[in-house]
Amino acid sequence: MERIPILRMGSFLLVTIQVDLYDRLALTLESDLVQAISKTGAQGVLIDISAVSIVDSFMGRIIGNIASMARLLDAYTVVVGMQPAVAITLIELGLTLPGVQTALNVEKGMQLLQSRIQVTASVEEAPNEDDDAGSPE
Amino acid sequence: MLVVLNKDAFQIQREQDVILFRNRVKEFAVRIGMGVVNQTKLITAASELVRNMLRYASGGEVLIEVITRGRENGIRLTFKDQGPGIPDIKLAMQDGYSTGRSLGLGLPGTKRLVSEFDIKSTVGVGTTVTIVKWKNG
Repeated sequence: MERIPILRMGSFLLVTIQVDLYDRLALTLESDLVQAISKTGAQGVLIDISAVSIVDSFMGRIIGNIASMARLLDAYTVVVGMQPAVAITLIELGLTLPGVQTALNVEKGMQLLQSRIQVTASVEEAPNEDDDAGSPE
Repeated sequence: MLVVLNKDAFQIQREQDVILFRNRVKEFAVRIGMGVVNQTKLITAASELVRNMLRYASGGEVLIEVITRGRENGIRLTFKDQGPGIPDIKLAMQDGYSTGRSLGLGLPGTKRLVSEFDIKSTVGVGTTVTIVKWKNG
């Protein structure tokens, strides 16, 4: 069976979609990716769609699902390289992809993921100051 | 007056046919010199309608035509299936309405992406959807 390869780069997973996705291939990618996050403990997922010329409502939903599922597994998703015509079409179709982070290219996407993970790490290191949480103001 | 310059019929039976069909539509759109944004809108609309056909009617036939009216050239796609039909077209054309488990953007979203949209459906007989995208429209 045909599959989209998932590459590991440090604490990130990199997916480059080079072919037009039909539905089953997209669903396989969704489950493969979620399993890969869980297995590798990846903190970020970068999906490059620069070679994708058509994103319809189904593909859009899959991208949204991947981002939400990754979030539940403590990973951030960034979609990079969307073609301008695809962006125009998605919005006219009515698909705004809330909750999906984007960047213009792979390099900027990587920077975004790195900064996201650093922010999370520094918040976790900060001392807990919620001791008097019982008194509403 | 509307003149048909060229036509081709395409059978949709399996999910993989969707990709081949999209490529065929693209060939026609490129041949009349349609710009990338309009091409993307047309192919995305076609993709939505073909998916509906597979999901609700397990396939059907699409007629691809190059048409001309006055000085304007365009592509007309006619999607014909022998599925269950749509009991309430007005409801089906509403954003967010779906009997399946989709986002319900398919029909209303498709209408926004094309120049002309027509749907006829008879319960128990089938559904015919016709869309037109003008080269500059």
